[in-house]
Amino acid sequence: MLIAATLAILVVMMMAIIRAFVGPTTYDRVLAVNMFGTKTVLLISLLGFVMGRPEFLDIAIVYALINFISVIGVLRYSNRFVIKHSEQSKK
Amino acid sequence: MDILMQVSSGFFLLIGSFLCLTGGLGILRFPDFYTRMHAVGVTDTLATAMILIGLILYNPDFMVDVKLMVILLMTIFISPTASHALANAARYDELSIQKDSKSDSELTSSNL
Repeated sequence: MLIAATLAILVVMMMAIIRAFVGPTTYDRVLAVNMFGTKTVLLISLLGFVMGRPEFLDIAIVYALINFISVIGVLRYSNRFVIKHSEQSKK
Repeated sequence: MDILMQVSSGFFLLIGSFLCLTGGLGILRFPDFYTRMHAVGVTDTLATAMILIGLILYNPDFMVDVKLMVILLMTIFISPTASHALANAARYDELSIQKDSKSDSELTSSNL
């Protein structure tokens, strides 16, 4: 069951990557990258149990914090200098 | 008792994987930004919590359980905060609530 959950998370990460490349606005990309980071935390902790080394959980904790800081940083940047969503504002 | 823990851990992991797949399908197929954000923001927290509860039930070591609970607590606080900040920034930028037909046709031609 651990391996099945790992495979499901890998499939979901592929979906998020597709949306991050296709996504028409910048916010779609930020959303997909945020989801990718959350799923990476889960993937690291699941892989630690699959390989029998639960020490990987420390890396997962650090990764969760870095992911949160990066998303908040990008959004704070976008409040200062407005990100242009040109594909939608042309219409 | 041991087999009961294994079965319940597998059950929680199964529910978490299903919710993950639902969120992934939502981010791929929904028409505009706000609906995509609804799909991700709702499923992300619950799926992470379910998978981490499954891992807590799977493993008997106390210290590892404490680390898993720290990750669970951080996810419960961090994920809605990031979703709220993202929606707030999109609203201040006056992102329109419209179906963008361009991305939908691109997606179907490239992906399916």
